[in-house]
Amino acid sequence: MDNQVPRRTDGRPPAAGDLASWPDAALLETLQRAAFEYFPRNSDPVTGLVADTSRARSPCSIAVVGFALAAYPIGVERGWIARADAVQRILAALRFFDASDQSGSPAGTGFKGFYYHFLDMHTGARVWRSELSMVDSALLIAGVLTAATYFTGTNAAERELRALAESLYRRIDWCWAQNGATTMRMGWKPESGFLNYGWEGYTEAIVMYVMAMGSPTHPISPQAYQGWTSTYQWENLYGHDCLYGGPLFMHQFSHAWIDFRGIRDRFMQEKRSDYFENSRRATYIQREYAKHNPNEFAGYDANGWGLSACDGPVGAWVAASGAVQPTFGYAARGVPYGPDDGTLSVPSVLASLPFAPDMALQAVRNLLARYPEVLSDARLSTGLNPTLANANGTAWVSAGHYGLDQGIVTMMIENHSSGLVWQLMRACLPIRRGLQHAGFRGGWLEHPIEGPS
Amino acid sequence: MSQPNNPGSATLQAINERERIAELHPTSWANPDAPERYPLVVVGAGFAGLAAARTAAERGIKVALIERSLLGGTCINTGCVPSKAIIRTSRLYAEMRDAVRYGAQVPPTIATDFAATMERVRRIRNRLGQRDSVRRLAAAGVDVFFGNARFVGAQALTVDGATLHFDKAVIATGARPNPPSIPGIAEAGYFTNESIFEITKLPRRLLVIGGGPIGCEQAQAFCRLGARTTIVQIRPLFLEREERDAAQILSTALARDGVEVRLNTRVRGVRVVHGGKLVDLVSDDYENTIEVDAILAGVGRAPNVEGLGLEAAGVEYEIGKGVHVDDFLRTSNRHIHAAGDVCLQHEYGHTAWISGGMAVRNAVFRGRERWSKLIIPWVTFTDPEVAHVGIYVREANRRGIPVKTFTVLMHEVDRAVTDSEETGFVKIYVREGTDRILGATIVARHAGDMINEITLAMMANIGLGTLAKVIHTYDTQAEAIQKAAQGCARAMASMAR
Repeated sequence: MDNQVPRRTDGRPPAAGDLASWPDAALLETLQRAAFEYFPRNSDPVTGLVADTSRARSPCSIAVVGFALAAYPIGVERGWIARADAVQRILAALRFFDASDQSGSPAGTGFKGFYYHFLDMHTGARVWRSELSMVDSALLIAGVLTAATYFTGTNAAERELRALAESLYRRIDWCWAQNGATTMRMGWKPESGFLNYGWEGYTEAIVMYVMAMGSPTHPISPQAYQGWTSTYQWENLYGHDCLYGGPLFMHQFSHAWIDFRGIRDRFMQEKRSDYFENSRRATYIQREYAKHNPNEFAGYDANGWGLSACDGPVGAWVAASGAVQPTFGYAARGVPYGPDDGTLSVPSVLASLPFAPDMALQAVRNLLARYPEVLSDARLSTGLNPTLANANGTAWVSAGHYGLDQGIVTMMIENHSSGLVWQLMRACLPIRRGLQHAGFRGGWLEHPIEGPS
Repeated sequence: MSQPNNPGSATLQAINERERIAELHPTSWANPDAPERYPLVVVGAGFAGLAAARTAAERGIKVALIERSLLGGTCINTGCVPSKAIIRTSRLYAEMRDAVRYGAQVPPTIATDFAATMERVRRIRNRLGQRDSVRRLAAAGVDVFFGNARFVGAQALTVDGATLHFDKAVIATGARPNPPSIPGIAEAGYFTNESIFEITKLPRRLLVIGGGPIGCEQAQAFCRLGARTTIVQIRPLFLEREERDAAQILSTALARDGVEVRLNTRVRGVRVVHGGKLVDLVSDDYENTIEVDAILAGVGRAPNVEGLGLEAAGVEYEIGKGVHVDDFLRTSNRHIHAAGDVCLQHEYGHTAWISGGMAVRNAVFRGRERWSKLIIPWVTFTDPEVAHVGIYVREANRRGIPVKTFTVLMHEVDRAVTDSEETGFVKIYVREGTDRILGATIVARHAGDMINEITLAMMANIGLGTLAKVIHTYDTQAEAIQKAAQGCARAMASMAR
């Protein structure tokens, strides 16, 4: 596959304008490989921790580590990294987490098997007074399970990898994270206890609930999942029946791991849909919103969409309409209820590939051609705001790259082209068990476990 | 933002106030001589009490109406009416600043005139208060008593030294602000939703505590009038009861107006230093202090049950929760009903008014009207307004009612686009597989007016499919409702195929 990718004669990464016209396979492989390379380039070799962003002095985001752990099998399959190298990188991270300070102290690394959202890259100590994050811990563990499911070798390193993965998963006290409530809490801080925020409405948390129900040691009850789904909003938006979630990442992150095609929980059985189909509709709703473009932002149209969690400009400005338009910095932007400050997440468009391939590719090509500044080192910037272009007409672009974007891009291109991660997780017992406890039936869940193709 | 000096405002204020007192609680008033027994006595002359008294009087029932303060109660004097008046002025200022959006020019200087704003508030309050002036009530056959009422038995009470015996009574004493206990706030001084309309000078920096309807409305209004406003809400979202999307839109709208929004934040204490009020805030483990000139406590209401002698009447109640009533608004004393904020969870002008009439029909005319059968809409008068009627989706889910939502965004509606009022939506909830309307939430500039169409349809058992056939005038924002209905009709037709 590598041979199919055109290269510049000077060896530099391809420019966005060139990429926009490349054939699909070449375009996707270039973007996927560049995204994958974010991880080895932004990891600490000792702790195995991965930086939240490529910016200087960025701390580690535990969710980005999860994406990295899931990306390494892809890299191995694609020949971008040697298997042994991938195993050593993963082992470094797993060993670190296994031995990490789990006392729940303000400067520790975690508590009850969960981890603080942001950690020092080199020491693993909590930074930014960040919260013990349930969903980010879940994304980390999803990556851990992916690696353990892929690296099935009998050598000592891969055996250790699997043992550590199981240990990390088993020690998570999911029930504690309910804090006596039906649903899980979003976070906890040593200084102030559980955060006020609970999970309400459909989000990316489905993979967290699945792993929590599949736990052999501290499983939460199916009632917790039912409690969460009872907060869902089933809406007809722009003519599409859809389980509402505003930002695109909510329709993507759990899907990076779990193949929701054809499997349905009780909610989706009643709605005669499934979560995969729902993500497809959510993608169409994003496009419809951009076509309406109620705030008259530049760049919004049928091929300019993608509101999700991303970095954006900070401050306020006066739009041509005269309206004072606040901007939100790093925020989860969503449709159709906002917030919307004119900032698009191009990685979220690319990650829509499995759900609406033609539409996503067309939009990515369009955005690359129109705003080549969104690409650097063949990697997509997290945020693009064409409305706030500079005097030269160059759109506002977030500096550097975000690990979450590179992770979801790596995984979703892979799922679109080979289904590798989906196949792996179909064979992952905790995931299967969790889905069954959540009431999922049908499709591949009815079949015996298959090995990776 | 300059404030012109208006030397006449103090005089006008005094005149307005004199006129208001003369209409709503004249100092020279002499309570009437009580007959041996009244068929009905109503305690409290707010909206609920006035509705009760008028309902009885219109049907020829001799009724005594007792008020300890001003006729009209919260709605006229310290609630709905003054707040809508100030909101209207603040909206005008917002539109002036936003003139370019409408293809007009922003005036070179926008000078807020707070004294004029408040003078208008008082003038309007006086005008609307006259509708229920003591003279008009007396002319309608209502015996108006001023003084503190106190029950002395199951069918008797005293007021201003007189004992009134009654066949039936309605307690409609309303509720009052009851701000949360915050260390130092009493010493520093604060306004409530009742006292805020008496201020004469716009505070330069205002802190609004509470992100419920009152807090959000007043934070936006005072910000638009020129106060640098911070709103603190202990929950992660505003308007806790409403749909999350409504709260999300409201957050954005307040931020766009310039309100500093502090969600998930509580006030730990207030200190006065060099004349400024220092307010300590806590959000999870983050602490900081802001300095303000005035504080508006926009949360907390307590029913007025104290000092009424309810024990003597055998009326069960709970401090903080109010008088206990059954579905017919009857108290534990079968001779006594209650109405309005003193007994209802819904604390709105329209619910007070409706309950007053219902209580009398049930008490005196052997009515069997149930409160739970009513379909009650409500509105938060922010910009955009947030209106709701019927069930919420989360409540339907909890009760196992399959619900489907038909949503139309206001930017899909031509009139909203031409008005540059595209923020918001119409959501209509139906029982899945049918067109039976279970409820609706509307967020729009005029949501309060639009919700009434849905309420009517629910009241008359008109299905959403039928609403699709109702001709709506083009070009109106209410077309959003028709579009949602058409979506439902298409879904129904699709199911039939």
